[in-house]
Order: sequence, then C-alpha cells, then structure tokens
Amino acid sequence: MGIQYLGLNEISGPLIFLDQVDDVHYEEMVELHLDNGEKRLGRVVQLEGKRAVIQVFEGTNGISLTNVKTLFTGKAMELPLSKELLGRVFNGSGQPIDGLGDLYAEKSKDINGSPLNPVSRVYPRNYINTGISSIDALTTLIRGQKLPIFSGSGMPHNELAVQLVKQAKISEGDGKNFGIVFAAMGVKNDVADYFRRSFEEAGVMDKVVMFINLSNDPIIERTLTPRCALTAAEYLAYEHDMHILVILTDITSYCEALREFSSSKGEIPGRKGYPGYLYSDLASLYERAGIIQGAKGSVTQIPILTMPNDDITHPIPDLTGYITEGQIVLDRSLNQMGVYPPVGILPSLSRLMKDGIGEGFTRKDHSALSNQLFAAYAKVQDARSLASVIGEDELSDVDKQYMSFGALFEEHFLNQGFQEDRSIQTTLDLGWDLLSVLPREELDRVDDEVLDEFYNHEKAVKRFSVKQPEIIKELAGNEA
Amino acid sequence: MNENVIYSINGPVVTVKNASVFSMLEMVYVGHKKLMGEVISISRDATTIQVYESTTGLQPGEPVYASHQPIQVTLGPGILRNIFDGIERPLRAIAKESGAFIETGSAVAPLDEEALWQVTMKIKVGDKLVGGQIYATVPETDLIEHRLMVPPHMSGEVVWVGDNKTYRIHDEVVKLRLDNGDLQALTLCQKWPIKTARPVKERLPISIPLVTGQRIFDTLFPIAKGGTAAIPGGFGTGKTMTQHQLAKWCDADIIVYVGCGERGNEMTQVLEEFSELVDPKSQKPLTDRTVLIANTSNMPVAAREASIYTGLTLAEYYRDMGYHVAIMADSTSRWAEALREISGRLEEMPAEEGFPAYLPSRISQFYERAGYMKTLNDAEGSVSIIGAVSPQGADFSEPVTQNTKRFVRCFWALDKQLAYARHYFAINWNESYSEYVNDLSRWYMRNVDARFMNCRQQLTALLAEETKLMEIVKLIGSDVLPDDQKLVIEISKVIRVGYLQQNAFHPEDTYVPLAKQMKMMDVILYLYKQSKKVLSEGKPMSLILKTGIFDKVIKMKYDVANNQLELLDTYMPMIDEALAQIE
Repeated sequence: MGIQYLGLNEISGPLIFLDQVDDVHYEEMVELHLDNGEKRLGRVVQLEGKRAVIQVFEGTNGISLTNVKTLFTGKAMELPLSKELLGRVFNGSGQPIDGLGDLYAEKSKDINGSPLNPVSRVYPRNYINTGISSIDALTTLIRGQKLPIFSGSGMPHNELAVQLVKQAKISEGDGKNFGIVFAAMGVKNDVADYFRRSFEEAGVMDKVVMFINLSNDPIIERTLTPRCALTAAEYLAYEHDMHILVILTDITSYCEALREFSSSKGEIPGRKGYPGYLYSDLASLYERAGIIQGAKGSVTQIPILTMPNDDITHPIPDLTGYITEGQIVLDRSLNQMGVYPPVGILPSLSRLMKDGIGEGFTRKDHSALSNQLFAAYAKVQDARSLASVIGEDELSDVDKQYMSFGALFEEHFLNQGFQEDRSIQTTLDLGWDLLSVLPREELDRVDDEVLDEFYNHEKAVKRFSVKQPEIIKELAGNEA
Repeated sequence: MNENVIYSINGPVVTVKNASVFSMLEMVYVGHKKLMGEVISISRDATTIQVYESTTGLQPGEPVYASHQPIQVTLGPGILRNIFDGIERPLRAIAKESGAFIETGSAVAPLDEEALWQVTMKIKVGDKLVGGQIYATVPETDLIEHRLMVPPHMSGEVVWVGDNKTYRIHDEVVKLRLDNGDLQALTLCQKWPIKTARPVKERLPISIPLVTGQRIFDTLFPIAKGGTAAIPGGFGTGKTMTQHQLAKWCDADIIVYVGCGERGNEMTQVLEEFSELVDPKSQKPLTDRTVLIANTSNMPVAAREASIYTGLTLAEYYRDMGYHVAIMADSTSRWAEALREISGRLEEMPAEEGFPAYLPSRISQFYERAGYMKTLNDAEGSVSIIGAVSPQGADFSEPVTQNTKRFVRCFWALDKQLAYARHYFAINWNESYSEYVNDLSRWYMRNVDARFMNCRQQLTALLAEETKLMEIVKLIGSDVLPDDQKLVIEISKVIRVGYLQQNAFHPEDTYVPLAKQMKMMDVILYLYKQSKKVLSEGKPMSLILKTGIFDKVIKMKYDVANNQLELLDTYMPMIDEALAQIE
C-alpha cells in the first residue's frame, strides 16, 4: 500500500489539486476514498514539482477539501483481460455492470496501448462481405480497416451498424472466431438498449463485449471508454486469433467530453474550442485498428459520428477523415426520400478497397464497375442541378438518360431492406444492369473487353422497363 | 551527482528548474528510461524540454542528462532500403527487439553496426582533402553507389589509408592530419544536426524538370529538379495516392518518403508495394533507391516535428554525393499541428487558428532547403521537396496552406468535386499553377519537342475557355450554345478525360513517357483543328460526335502501349477518315 494523502488543496470541475506529494508518476492511477465509503478513480494529468493535478473519472460531486483520502497506485490505468470478456457488459472505465461479478483476469494491460510499429503491420487485403450493396460495391470494408460512418442526428446510423454486425461475414472459420466489441460513449439510454436488444435478437450476444457510457455518465469516464474497448479488442484479436469488429459510437460525444475536460484544465483551445491535440488524440484511437504480423486475428473499426449540423468540415468529421481509411457518409435528402441505407456515395470512400477487390477477392469487374458507377452518379448530380434551373424538359437527351439512371440507381441499388442480405454477385450484377441503362459510349471508365462481357442494354431496358428516348431509337434505326 | 531533475510534466513537455548546463536545441535524455528530448526554451529559472516519446510513468525528481549536442542523425551506408522513425531509429530493428508495439526508451543504433560493406578507396597517402571530398565508395544497393565524403568544415592531409576490403560502419578507413596538426580518423559514417542545412558550394539556377510520367504534372504544372511543390487537398482527394505515384515514377535518383503523422497502414503499403515494383530504368526494386521515415499519427507528437528535418538531412546527404533527391512529406499540416500542440503546452501567445506566430518562418526554412546545388566536391545534385498539405475542412484559406503557398513555386490544388467523380489525379487545373514553366521551357524544347510548350499553351487556353462556357451551361444548358462553343466543350472533355485523367492501376497508363505525352497532345489538337474546319463548312456538331471519333481519341491512352508510339501517328488519318464520312 502506498501513502494516503488526507484532504485536497483545490477542486475545479473534474480536476482536483494536491500539494506536497512525493513519488508520483505522470498518468498514474489514483484511488479516492470518500468518508462515506465511496471509492472513485482518477488519473494524474499534470505534475509540477510537488503539486499533482488529478482528473476524477466519476466527477467531483460531493468531494470537499477534507472528506477524501487519496491513494497513488503507482500504475497506469489497466484493464483486466481474459477470454471471459465475451458476453459481458462493462461501464466506461471497465467495471462490470451486468451483475455477474468481477472478471477473472488472465492478465491486465495499459489501456493507452503502445504505438504499433509500421513494419510489424500487415497491409489489410481481405474484404468483409456486409451484404449491403452500397458498401460492398462502392466502399468495400476491408478486414483491419477503420471506416467511420459520418451521420447526423435523426439518421439511421444505429440501424446500419446493427445490420453490419448481423450480416458481416468473413470467408473462413464459419464466423467462430468473429467477435464484436461495442463501445457506447455518451449515447442515450434507449440507444444503448436498442443495441443490446438487437444483439440478443440476432443471437450474437455471446460474441459481444459491451462498454457503455451513457450520456449522463461522467465525461472523464467517456474519454476512457474507447481505450478500454480497444484494449479488449486488441487482446482478443492478437492473443486469441479472433477477427474483431469494433463499433465506437458516438465519437462526437467523445470529442465533446475531451473539449470539456481540456477547458477545465485551462488549455489553449484550437478550432471551435477543441483542444489542439484533438488530431493526435483521435489518431491514438483509430490507429489501433489493423493486423499485425504473426497474429491470426484483426481489429476492424467502425466509428460512428454525428456531424454537428450535418457539416462535414466541422473539426470532428474533418480530423477523423484525415486519419481513417475512408468514410461512409449518410445523406439526409436520401433519408428523407425513404432510401435505406441512405449512403451518399459521392463523398464516401474506402481507401483500402482497391487492394481487396477484383479477381481472387470479389470479381474481376468490380473496380471497373465501381469507378463507372461513381462517375455516372456524379453526372446525375450535374444533370439534376441543371434540371433545377432550366427544368427537366429542356435537358439534352443524354442528361435525361442520366436522370432516369439516377432514379433507378437510388431505388434499386442504394435502397435495400433492413433484413435484406445481398451477395456480392447479386450486387455486382445489379450494378451492371443499372449501368446498361445508359448508352454504351457514356461508359468511358471501362475497357471495351469488360463492356463486351457485362454491358447488356436490352436486358436492362427490360428489367427496369425504361422508356427509350426517341433519339436513341432514331439513331438505332439509322444504323440498321 | 546530477542535480538536473524534472520539475514538472505536462504531456510531452517537461521542465527542469535552475539548470544552467543546457543550450537551445540540445538533445537531452530524460528520466531513468533515458527518453530522448530536445531543449526548446531556456529562462533563468526553468529549462523547457519536449520529449520525443510518451511521458507516461515519469516522475518529478527523475534525472535529466545533457548530451551537449543538438539532435543529430547518423549518415552512412545502410540508410537506403531502411525505415526509420522521426528520430532515425530503425523500425525493423526495434520490431525485432520489442515486438509489434513500440516501447518507450528503445535505444537502437540508427544504422546496422555489424553489417559489412565493401569499400573502394579513392585516395592515397599524401593527398590533401577538403570538406565534402569523396574518399571512398561503397555499393550500398544494386542501384546506388554510396560515396563517403569528408565531413564539411574539415580538411587535412591523408596519413593512412585502409585496404580495399569489407568494413563495419564504425571501422576506421582513413586517417587525416588536420590543418591544426590533430589526427582525425574517418569511418564509414558521420553525424549531422538535423536542423542545420548541409553546406554547398553554390546554388545553381533551375533548368531541368523532375519528370514524373504523370501527364498533368509533366505537361501542365511541371516541377523542376531542386524545386518545391505543395499538394493541398481535403481528405479523400488523393494526396497520398499522388505522393505514392510520384515516389514510384519520378526520375530522381533517391526518394526520401516522410510519413509525418499519417496512417500506419499507408507506410506498410509503401513498404510492400515498393519492394514489388521495379525501377523502369534499371529493373531493380524501387526500395533500392528509397528511404522511409515513418512517424505515424499515433506515435509521439514531438518526434513528428523532427521527422521532417530528419528526412531533409538524409536527402541533403545524398545530394552532396551528386544525386538528385526527391523528398515527399506527407503531410506538412501534421507537422504544423505538432508545432501548434507544443506551442500550446508552452502557453505561447497563439496567432491565427492557434498556430504559433513563427509558423511561416518555420515553413519557409523547410522549403528553402530545396535547390539545385553545386556540391562541395563540384558535383551537381538537387533536393526537390513535394509537401502534402491537409487543410482543415478542405479550406485553402487556412494558415498552413496560405503560408505554404508563399514559399513554394508549384501549387497542385486537389479538388473534392473531381475526387467525388473519381477523376484522378483530382488536380484542379484552374487553381493550380507552376512557376517553373518558363525556367523549364528550354529543356522541353531541346529534349522533347520544340512545339511542346506551344501545345501546352493551347491545352490550357482551351480548358480556360471551357471553364467560362461551363458557367453559361450551368445556367441554361449546353443545347443553346453555338456549335463552335460546343466543340470547345467537347474537346475539353477529351483533354480532361483522355489526357488529364490518368489511371494509376492501368499498366500502360500509370507511367507515360514525355514522347507519348507530346504525341497525345498532337492528336487532340489535330482533332480540334479538323473538327473546327468541318464546322466551318456548315456541318453540325452532333454529326461529328456521332462518328465516335471523340470517344476513340479519349481511349487512346489505354489503346496505345508505351512502346508502340508509332500507333499514335495512325490517329491523324483516322480522324480525317471519320470526319470525311460526314455528309
């Protein structure tokens, strides 16, 4: 047992200050014993001579300058770990809250982790089949990737996350070595409940580790939640060869907790009041996704964040986008049109996709198809903005065809049911059928060889019962 | 008894009270683990140190050791093919020692001290040597001969020379009697402080392009050997892809790739890809000419600041041997943010957006270390800097982009809209510029074709015209335009899609020699000229488009292989034929 210090010198927000302390380590864990028997945890965040600044995870409510004993543990914050993690529910700082008692730990690890050496990483190449067309075809999720969902309040990002969890398949191991670590940061009670219920209904609860910090829980604990979750994920992935999908929701609440804590420490704020180290801090979370040499498992991250005011240039989505390997952006107007999942494909991107698709992974035409779909859909947007000025009737024939392609694409390709699980073959074939609605000359991103194999205008016209514009018939007539 | 002990700790910033032994920018070792740090401010009562590693677990009262030297890198054979962190610690050796995760306080020698190198002496006893002179050579990789140079500011007479045989890097190979009479041994390596530029004899005017094989750069916005360029762009616009393409294909002898605060997987990708790819000139793996500096975003922030300088110093060292070096820094914004973070911890008065007021001067110091130089040994070498900038919210008016713009002469602006349409390189031709066009036009005329610059001018004029017309089209649609303006729009589409857009994954299109670029321009401009003629005969634009010749020209980049350039000459008759069919 170390020395206990009686009383405090100052309290400010979640921070307490102690003078005349000896032998304290930077970032070590602190136990606070209140007179009423309550025990709280804290961490040293600043040291100046014999003065220590400590952040209290559970908040400083009820703490006075005299009613508390402080004990320095001499260790950084650690999370107890064992295979028994699966199926358990913890609070944000890793204490069990499911009433099943403490975890029988095999070992414990510093929740901050250490930076992963780039030479020990394995470049991710294996794709995860999510059964969702817009993601599989256009922003393919790769094992070991960090691919956030940029959403906004009121959009169905939680449903999408649940669907991803239910449908995500990896090719080998029959899903036996597949697990989910779920970290809720500052989410509403209902949302946490929704996730728990959905996991139970899908029968995957024994594969899930949950860390839950609700929106009325202390903010300091919130800054620890993702770190606990990732420590658990790394342990399961690298020591038990599991493929772990980590869902972090909601990163926006996490960043706001960080801002609150930073300003209570009196730090100089950067953009929009967020601390200047927000980028480094987020990176220390996101960069913990990956695959390492010699381990069979992997850590894949799907962080979810709600863009304040749907603004993608807000510091949180902005910095996230610079760290993660792509993003899936949900689009409010698609959502209003009733398209589910409302993935706005143009700003969405998967950076690792190019190496995980094609022959040997999905199908050889995959990359050509996705390039062409992106290019064509970009033209749809141009045509639509033109139509909003001059009216649809005045559009050129090609633009009109793009308009009809756009509508079909949203209706058949983007839109799919919450329960609908499409195979990659179905998705790719559907993509070609939609592209075949357009005249062949318009498909300028694809080699002729591929077009010969997959372009089939008649089939497309039949399938979607498109009305042929007059001019095309005329031209066809001329040539014949 | 060491009386210099830690007083306070705040993130990576540590202070020591009442110390007088430290000097500015001196390297120090902090704590019992001997974490590497650097002195960044000194006052009468406190010395401030930024620590290059995680400070978790440090205690006030732990010792701080002075080194009496600024932060230095070790220069010698073994740098190429290697991957270092921001302070020149070899990541492979660290991985061997401490596993997949980087522990703090890893003390590993930068270069392999046991490896044997075959040394060929270039001097004999009695020779008078001056700083920068080459005294021996070592075949470092199959591609690059490492030339050992007398450290700058040192001169003397050779009194002993070792035999031509294999040595380790710390073995003595030459002994010099210095001008002041002292005896100085030379080994295979030397040290140099990273924040000081290595001296050269003189700066030469810029006249040779850094040929990249990427059409938009070589043709529209060329960069010179010894030049500077910035690639700003929001996330997902392809900064890293662009940097990778340039690192793979540009005709520099040596590539220094600095991953500064970026993704770990990207560095792994570079490692994997470059060892598979071969240099088009020598058929050797690209890693033979590459050195990687990886300071990923989750590594300590202070070392991120150092990584840029470490990369530059390695680049300058190879330049002094007479090589053309290109350094890719991805991304300089992360470096600027590291400055901001440290500045915030020091509680300095912030300027714009929290960045310190000295940001512009740091940026200019960085880019000014580029140049085409005559080295101390009278060879010619160059350092070209290509820095990516990640502006917050893709807003180019933010301080890092704006200040970078002042100090670079090539500005390759990446555009979100183009990236959304998967038009790569997503470089916006209206916002980008290169100030080197005039400096380089002579070279293009002599080495490619006398008409090159003229054709380039015509392309840019057409694109500018198109931009103006698109304003109108956005309002009223393209149907109402007269045919000659429709032609401008159509031919610009050929330029955009068929010329500027380049597919990095297509075997023929990923690298395009200058001769092919010239011929492609010829074909496009010929198509424009002939179509204009047909229009003047009163035939409508729609019939010209119906011939399909425009689509044919767009696809020529895929249809004509790089070794069959004569096929491009067949396009002119093809155009004539197609246009002649129009009734």
